[in-house]
Amino acid sequence: MSIFEYNGSAVVAMVGKNCFAIASDRRLGVNLQTVATDFQRIFKIHDKLYIGLSGLATDVQTLHQRLVFRHKLYHLREERDMKPQTFASLVSAMLYEKRFGPYFCMPVIAGLGDDDVPFICTMDAIGAKELAKDFVVSGTASESLYGACESMYKPDMEPEELFETISQALLSSVDRDCLSGWGGYVVLVTPTEVQERTLKGRMD
Amino acid sequence: MKLDTSGLNSIVPFSGTDDGLEENIHLAVSSFQLPRTTDFDGFQKKAVEMVKPAKGTTTLAFIFKEGVIVSADSRASMGGYISSQSVKKIIEINPYMLGTMAGGAADCQFWHRNLGIKCRLHELANKRRISVTGASKLLANILYSYRGMGLSIGTMIAGWDETGPGLYYVDAEGGRLKGKRFSVGSGSPYAYGVLDSGYRYDMTIEEAAELARRAIYHATFRDGASGGVASVYYVGPDGWKKLSGDDVGELHYKYYPVVPSPVEQEMVEIPVS
Repeated sequence: MSIFEYNGSAVVAMVGKNCFAIASDRRLGVNLQTVATDFQRIFKIHDKLYIGLSGLATDVQTLHQRLVFRHKLYHLREERDMKPQTFASLVSAMLYEKRFGPYFCMPVIAGLGDDDVPFICTMDAIGAKELAKDFVVSGTASESLYGACESMYKPDMEPEELFETISQALLSSVDRDCLSGWGGYVVLVTPTEVQERTLKGRMD
Repeated sequence: MKLDTSGLNSIVPFSGTDDGLEENIHLAVSSFQLPRTTDFDGFQKKAVEMVKPAKGTTTLAFIFKEGVIVSADSRASMGGYISSQSVKKIIEINPYMLGTMAGGAADCQFWHRNLGIKCRLHELANKRRISVTGASKLLANILYSYRGMGLSIGTMIAGWDETGPGLYYVDAEGGRLKGKRFSVGSGSPYAYGVLDSGYRYDMTIEEAAELARRAIYHATFRDGASGGVASVYYVGPDGWKKLSGDDVGELHYKYYPVVPSPVEQEMVEIPVS
């Protein structure tokens, strides 16, 4: 079994009209054994920028700590928040630094840039950026997520509908995956507010 | 050049050695074709990998005062992918006997059906139902004759016969154990945890069913490869009866209802002074 599948994960981000949503499952397992059902894989970088990290849990936490550190340094020097594009380049560069001994993480980055234009992107473990204008997925349930998102996504959704869509896509996808699920976590970001919600899901 | 058409001919069925020892062990299935190869082990390994058996199950059965309880989940998985959430893992061999399914689905289904045939033939020949002991031994002997050939079966044979309730564990390695309490499959350690701590011989049927349900539920919660529906069967003097089939997705919130978390701090308007 691949090291990417050791803990199990599912992360997805979607773009709506002047807003975005990022969601993940809440399981932390060791292969098939479920150890925790309140694991965080989505992290806030600043008010309008979030990163979801799928893959090996230990690397998820380490990478998150290093990213927070780098963003703080940036903030100190520049006295402003990072743009999502800039942050994506930072993550990519940090991942490629470890080209021959990578972090076993696949990041999903979602943020609101200048003029509240939504930005989403995903990467592989060594920092190959992949930009998208609709949705991005990552984790052990990625195949099912692609299928669910492909059929449920509509362009220019309002925040309420976007939340419903990403939640349904996440929950139905993880129900076809042994290694992810056990509840969900969704962050919905609009220019004026941020909504965090935990989802009830199948606990098997 | 003449074409070699030997590959188009049907392969001569395998026949046992002439010492007569292997005859009549399994009547209904005369024999399976064996691969014509010198490297049987290598071939076997590749073949087993090709039809990788669906693993990941939780099944349990136990004897108590009133009879036998048999219970199982309903998930089938291939690697990390959940291929079905509605598999019938408790196989009804006859009105007085049940078998459980863990390991390869096809292997279990086929050999349980095969056992059902043999049990019926025994009934017709002897004018009485076969004992659970006898039936389980019939299956164990067949599985032993295929030992090392890649069958994947972990099963419990539970039922009611002239001697009362009966329960045996039988596996593809030829093992056959009599017991009061068994659990088989990837979720079995979790199920045993609940079962062993909650088991009493003098339970009522309702208590026993609830224990089985809880054990399966807890196994589906911890084990990624178990899930779906927790079905519970009871076998008593009048044969088996299905008591319940609960979606564990709903069972979780029945056992652990979500309580709204108290609001730590309310936001209030600060009056402008």
